[in-house]
Amino acid sequence: MQFDYIPIILSLKVAVAAVALVVIGCLPIAALMAKYEFWGKGLVESALTLPLVLPPSVVGFMLLYLFGKNGWPGMFLQHFFHYQVVFTLSGAVIASAVVSFPLMYQSLKAALESVDPNLEKAARTLGAGELRIFFTVTLPLAWNGFIAGLVLAFARSLGEFGATLMIAGNIPGKTQTMPLAIFFDVYAGEGKQANILVLIMTVFSFLVIYALNLWRKKGRKREMG
Amino acid sequence: MIEARFGKKLPGFELEINIALTQGILTVVGPSGAGKTTLLQCVAGLQKPSWGEIRIGGRLVFSSRKAKNVPARERRIGYLFQDYALFPHLTVEKNVLYGKPRGDDRRGKRLPLAEVLRMLGIEHLKNRYPGQISGGEKQRVALARALMTAPELLLLDEPLSALDPETRGALQRELRRLQIEWQIPFVLVTHDLQEAEFLGDQIIRIDRGRQEELGICRPAFQ
Repeated sequence: MQFDYIPIILSLKVAVAAVALVVIGCLPIAALMAKYEFWGKGLVESALTLPLVLPPSVVGFMLLYLFGKNGWPGMFLQHFFHYQVVFTLSGAVIASAVVSFPLMYQSLKAALESVDPNLEKAARTLGAGELRIFFTVTLPLAWNGFIAGLVLAFARSLGEFGATLMIAGNIPGKTQTMPLAIFFDVYAGEGKQANILVLIMTVFSFLVIYALNLWRKKGRKREMG
Repeated sequence: MIEARFGKKLPGFELEINIALTQGILTVVGPSGAGKTTLLQCVAGLQKPSWGEIRIGGRLVFSSRKAKNVPARERRIGYLFQDYALFPHLTVEKNVLYGKPRGDDRRGKRLPLAEVLRMLGIEHLKNRYPGQISGGEKQRVALARALMTAPELLLLDEPLSALDPETRGALQRELRRLQIEWQIPFVLVTHDLQEAEFLGDQIIRIDRGRQEELGICRPAFQ
């Protein structure tokens, strides 16, 4: 049997791109949600966390609808850029980003909320604008939450299955990521290939969680001096 | 110079303030919850008064009539927080430099970093983090950080309340010295009448938002 390593590369590509998307989207949204009160905030909050509790197949179905021929984002991309998301690696990236967004969002928002507002006020009296305050005071002090969110989102992206299958399909060498390869290998009776992939994913996920716990422990020690 | 006449609705009462100070230290005494911090934060631009006018150094920074509210970052004030509010992830040096205006140090009142650190006796703490220094040292760092912005007015919110009596006495004398050296008005809030009398050239008391003049201690400063 020749080991097919392509799913590993595709999974890493998808996870890195998805986490980049999540960071870009999450930073401004978590910052606004942590600092401002507005009407309907609870509704927005619930919508942002929804992918965490929805079955991945439901998320996949919604994405398929939105990015398909009849959804406005799909029509927009098709019309202006002649680009199709469904059955491409971009679809897998979007599915992973949507599913892992709440993990990053919750972790970052909690960390931003825990930053002492007096520090931000002090920065204001020292002549700093809101963007400078965010990047030089608030975000560095919420760093632990940011990194924790980043790691969890990466791990979740790497393991995304249901929504990815719905929107990106299972095209070997194109959209077949590790979790999809494991499922379809087992389905086709290719146990050995699946065994190796399962081992890689389990060891990797374990290391991620272990490293995160270790880092948190060190962080607590640092805070206590 | 500071001239402020404004009101701010608070839960349960309305804070009404009418102060004017060209030089020296104005101390504000009053019990907890009297509106002292609100007074400072309104002057600083961290809270918005319900009505009135505030001028700092002759410049109108707030006017309800003219719908003007200059943001805190443009008011050119120094603010000392009760808990110092030093940035815990930055060294003493980086804390002090945070608000330093860009440009030439030789112009106006802008001082080079070394001089400010020496003036407050904290040169040796330059590379330490706020978590590694004492309360009195933190207070000096916070003062240095505020002075580096070359403010036209310094607001101090219970700056000595968390310190032991010895450090407190030393810092009281230091505050007076700095005010004379720096030649900008200070507005200092405290709940300790003795401290208010020692430091203040002019004292007011506020209680549940009402202002009461307690007198002018050092007419020479008027």
